Amino acid sequence: MALKQVSSTDEFIKGLWRDNPVFIHMLGLCPALAVSNTAINALAMGAATTFVLLMAGLSVSLLRNFIPREARIVSYICIIATFVTCVDYAIMAISIELHRALGAFIALIVVNCLILGRSEAFASKHNPGRALLDALGMGVGFTGALFFIGVMREVLGSGTLFGVGLFPDGFQTWTVMVLPSGGFFAMAIWLLVVNWIRQRQADAEKQAVEQAGKAAS
Amino acid sequence: MEAYVSLFIQAAFVENLALAFFLGMCTFLAVSKRVETAIGLGLAVIAIQVITVPVNHMIYKYLLADGALAWAGLAEVDLGFLGLVSYIGVIAALVQILEMTLDRYFPKLYNALGIFLPLITVNCAILGGTLFMVERQYNFMESVVFGVGSGAGWAIALIALAGIREKLKYSDVPVGLQGLGIAFIIVGLMSLSFMGFLGI
Repeated sequence: MALKQVSSTDEFIKGLWRDNPVFIHMLGLCPALAVSNTAINALAMGAATTFVLLMAGLSVSLLRNFIPREARIVSYICIIATFVTCVDYAIMAISIELHRALGAFIALIVVNCLILGRSEAFASKHNPGRALLDALGMGVGFTGALFFIGVMREVLGSGTLFGVGLFPDGFQTWTVMVLPSGGFFAMAIWLLVVNWIRQRQADAEKQAVEQAGKAAS
Repeated sequence: MEAYVSLFIQAAFVENLALAFFLGMCTFLAVSKRVETAIGLGLAVIAIQVITVPVNHMIYKYLLADGALAWAGLAEVDLGFLGLVSYIGVIAALVQILEMTLDRYFPKLYNALGIFLPLITVNCAILGGTLFMVERQYNFMESVVFGVGSGAGWAIALIALAGIREKLKYSDVPVGLQGLGIAFIIVGLMSLSFMGFLGI
């Protein structure tokens, strides 16, 4: 029982860092770069994607024994498209402004390879509980990554965070960060940071193993 | 005529799907390692884009838009909520047809593209093109031009990036940026330079 508990939390945790969809697997990059020009847009996009991930994961997992193998991709896409349509109308009802800011990118969640990828690789092979945990982890990891990129672009590009000014009047904003190319640069910088941390972790583990080996001999 | 030319230029360069709207990023980064495959995929994307945008335009105009079913005597019916499902269905069907055609007549190209051909279905550049067409209310001729232009723009960006990355294999890149990190910086610079087409 205890063992199972550990592994189900692991199902959730892995999406946050070790298998982070954006920084490690490079999945779902279009929305990650396109709507991350402000932190609030990034959070809204992350929340919408997480909802679709959860619902698609749950449905695919529940229907996994009924969907024939040959028609699975089409079935998954239809399931995903249905939930995306729900999210699209929900966002329109909550805030028409936000809907305008995100534009076509809400509809484009349908072709977010992250969702199809998780449905195909995980939800279609595991029970609903596991699939939900996995989807939640991936969703939170995706939202986190979007948020980091969004914060960097908003702070540098507009000098604000959540619309609140951070700098004194003389601050020269880096307009390039709000432009599309800023998304690529921010992504490259975060990749550099992530790779650096991972490298340090790997080195530390290697050293620990070496020291343990020395102590044993 | 002039309007179509400027629409083409706009779709291909100023509003390049890959560099200005980040569409099709996953495939864009994954297939841009060799120029040869990049050309193949670029051509496939142009072909799909040229067919899907006008087809989806017809579907939108005669079936889905508000009051579009007036010709069938159902003027009050608004099937707009079915938009996404039908567009993606059309795209999936067309990709399947293209796949079978390539397999039959161009087996070499078919083998070179491999897994990326079916993945065009979930390439957001294709669905994005359709969605922009609906959002901007293009007519039939405009949607044909927009399909050609946006597909060509995506292909040009992909082939250019593949060329740069081939050269990059021989350069000394800082450890943390090797692989995709440096690719992102290059794409960022390309995106900046494509913005130079603004105002043509």
